[in-house]
Amino acid sequence: MGNALMNFTINGQSVEVEADIRSSLLDLLRNSLGFTGTKKGCDQGACGACTVLVDGERINSCLALAVQYQGRSITTVEGLGTDGNLHPLQEAFVEHDGFQCGYCTPGQLCSAVGMAREIERNIPSVVTADLSADSVAIDERELRERMSGNLCRCGAYNGIIEAISETLVKAPALPQERARA
Amino acid sequence: MSAQSDAAASRPGRWQPAVTQDPMLHKHGALGQPVSRIEGPLKVQGKARFAAEFPYEGLCYAALAFSTIARGKITALDTVAAEAAPGVVLVMTHRNAPRMKAPSLMMSSPTAAGASDLPVMQTDEIHWNGQPIAVVLAETQEQADHAASLVKADYAPLPATTSFEEARKTPRQLDNLLGQPPVVEIGDAEAALKGAAVQVDQIYRTPRHNHNAIELHAATVAWTGDELRVHDASQLLDLTAGQLADIFGLDAEKVRVSSPYVGGGFGGKCLWDHQILAGAAAKLAGRPVRIMLSREGVFRIVGGRTLTEQRVALGASADGKLDALIHTGIVAMTTHNSCPEQFTFPARHLYAAKTIRLAQEVADMDMLANTFMRAPGESVGTFALECAIDELASTLGLDPIELRRRIEPEKDPTSGKPFSARHLIDAYDRGAERFGWNRRSATPRQQRDGEWLIGMGCATATYPYHRFPGGAARIRLTADGRVTVSTAVHDMGMGTATAQAQHIAARLGVPLDHVTFEYGDTTLPRGVIAGGSTQTASIGGAVIAATEVFVEELLKLAGNDSPLAGLSLAEVETRDGGIGHRDDTARFESYESILRRAARDELVCEAEAPPPAEMEAFSMHSYGAQFCEVRVSEITGEVRVSRFLGSFDAGRILNAKTATSQFKGGIIMGIGLALTEETNFDPRSGRIVNASLADYHVPVQMDVPAIEILYTDIPDPQAPMGARGIGEIGITGVGAAVANAVYNATGKRIRDLPITLDKLM
Ligand code: FES
Ligand code: FES
Repeated sequence: MGNALMNFTINGQSVEVEADIRSSLLDLLRNSLGFTGTKKGCDQGACGACTVLVDGERINSCLALAVQYQGRSITTVEGLGTDGNLHPLQEAFVEHDGFQCGYCTPGQLCSAVGMAREIERNIPSVVTADLSADSVAIDERELRERMSGNLCRCGAYNGIIEAISETLVKAPALPQERARA
Repeated sequence: MSAQSDAAASRPGRWQPAVTQDPMLHKHGALGQPVSRIEGPLKVQGKARFAAEFPYEGLCYAALAFSTIARGKITALDTVAAEAAPGVVLVMTHRNAPRMKAPSLMMSSPTAAGASDLPVMQTDEIHWNGQPIAVVLAETQEQADHAASLVKADYAPLPATTSFEEARKTPRQLDNLLGQPPVVEIGDAEAALKGAAVQVDQIYRTPRHNHNAIELHAATVAWTGDELRVHDASQLLDLTAGQLADIFGLDAEKVRVSSPYVGGGFGGKCLWDHQILAGAAAKLAGRPVRIMLSREGVFRIVGGRTLTEQRVALGASADGKLDALIHTGIVAMTTHNSCPEQFTFPARHLYAAKTIRLAQEVADMDMLANTFMRAPGESVGTFALECAIDELASTLGLDPIELRRRIEPEKDPTSGKPFSARHLIDAYDRGAERFGWNRRSATPRQQRDGEWLIGMGCATATYPYHRFPGGAARIRLTADGRVTVSTAVHDMGMGTATAQAQHIAARLGVPLDHVTFEYGDTTLPRGVIAGGSTQTASIGGAVIAATEVFVEELLKLAGNDSPLAGLSLAEVETRDGGIGHRDDTARFESYESILRRAARDELVCEAEAPPPAEMEAFSMHSYGAQFCEVRVSEITGEVRVSRFLGSFDAGRILNAKTATSQFKGGIIMGIGLALTEETNFDPRSGRIVNASLADYHVPVQMDVPAIEILYTDIPDPQAPMGARGIGEIGITGVGAAVANAVYNATGKRIRDLPITLDKLM
């Protein structure tokens, strides 16, 4: 099993790297390129910690063979914002305590950014009531469903949804939640 | 400079646990404020470096091969193909592993950290299904994983006890239950039960659980000569360093372990085989090693919570007083570990009863050592006890909160000690009002929304206060009036670094941005473990002691030309960036001024916490009332938690934001315990069959409603800062609150966790 020379655009920079053709995009990012912001929690597509954006779409990078993503534009958490210029969602995660240990956080952030694009494109989810509506009605239940591929064992789920609905997708609270707010 | 032991002779003004109160008890300042996590910006940028993310020149990657039998001997181990695979640097097995001492069992000595005391890769013996039999090091992770798959083993199996039903036939009595008596008897509870007007007598079962922190267990390990450097994911740094030194035959100072960021712990991020194997393989290969377990690997070699079978029997008078409280049962364990899952602990402290019988035994199995997982004992013990209380309330026709009011004890029911502070009923009242408990129908099956039956339940949460002795803290003051406080403690997401910075700012009277809190490294003064919700109070004890030395040293430095001249510790307080007379605002000198006049660049003081005498004198626990609303589909049996509220009495809250997150995190893990989580153990082979996050179901975003948190915020007069620790209590009582709500919705009592749909069909 050999190595191959591969080309990507990562966070806007073009990158050339020689790596084992068996490498997942996740291992390539973490081990070959030092983008350790992207996390591994299962290597099996079950936790979402490895979520990155490929041409703006969210994928589990542990399930992606790096060789197949050559020439694509990949955004990792390192590309979302920088010191002093954080992405509004990153700021909102800090403000709403959308994490505890912070290990699932890069995946949550990339996933939320990808999800916002799916909503813009009117892609329904399994809980969408009216599939024929011109635009999908978004509430907290929709957000919770759409973010359910990203596990957080620390249980920062409430803060994550608050941060997303404050910055990315304005989602009205569900009636029962409004009643108690 | 000076240690607590020097000061054995009481110095006036010093905190004497159980005798005097922490002077901070009623001071606020930055304490309690909802300060955002100090390390937040790093974490959201992916810049917080976790254990597997430290680069080293010449680093190689490790992969493990696991045994496929539960007990026996390896008769043949074929490593030829693995050794010949591309990129392989080393294949280590028991044949070539360096000789190492076995770990000592945690709590068997002050430096022991072993989750098990079995030797690691030293012989051909197999003790559990999944034991590591080979370590492969290679240039890349892919090469290591591939080569590990080529290791082939043959075994001579020995009879193994892998069935709990078999194991329980020969139960073992424990000589102690984490230092407490395993059996507690007050009066003749069985006789009182028989004679009681009303009885509840049921068996409750809870399954095995795994912590499943999202960060996989990992370590980056490097030797320089005979010095061992470990970047670990750890919640017990100093114990790990001491234990590794012992295993490798090194002086303690030759091992440095650091762990500034840990991707979730919950009791699981302790010392297991992987750090030891990585150290041994790195030594053998002469290269730094990174080991990151696969998710399956975590299930194979890092123990979880064991299963329990519990009997709770309550005998009551018609007016709802307990004549008998019986809580007994058995857990699965091994002969080589020390975690008895102390499920009878809650019943020792919660309710008044005329007679009490508490006893627990263990059934030894051939399995991976079980271990401590969030609220060990209390999480599952409260499931049984609090379901039984709810059943008794139904039988008596009493509201379950009213029943608890009637059995609220005046002093600790088993130890007889006074409570340091106890506001359980207050927590219930506040929670009930906010949750709308009065809308609950006492009769089940009264509320529905289409196919969905709706019900409410509540349960008591409880977790003991504990303060570990032995922790130290160092305070360093520099000429610019900034302070750095250092101690080798941990922040796995609990918010320790943030809450402690607030604590130090308030205690020393300096602005928050003048405080640096250093932790997560064994080169710092010895810290305590992060476990059992003990770390905050334990750090508090050490910081109090260090502050006393600090103030005394500053008073000495201030000398006779200071407005502080002649004052002693008892007469002063820290405020506004300096020291002042308690009652005379005019007598004050700033830290900067004291250092300047003394021509000093800095002052460094270190001290060790005084022994936890408060735990001897008082019954100290946190309490809470958990409220749950569920919707249960009458068609599929699916249970959805639609509302949840936790109302806690955990002493002073140090940071409203991070504490709320801690409580919620515990509750969410409790929702998993109630509804979905179960480690499936094959009783034929002793193998865990659902060793993945796809098959072990932790709660996902969709399973969790907006949770509401209330807390009394009443300081505990006996605890440092008045804070009792909050890491575990959130999970306690949740299983019962959910089960009781399911009963209220459906009229069905499920006494066997998790409450999966099949049990409700
Ligand atoms: S690491 Fe990719 S989904 Fe878990
Ligand atoms: S913050 Fe720890 S797993 Fe999400």
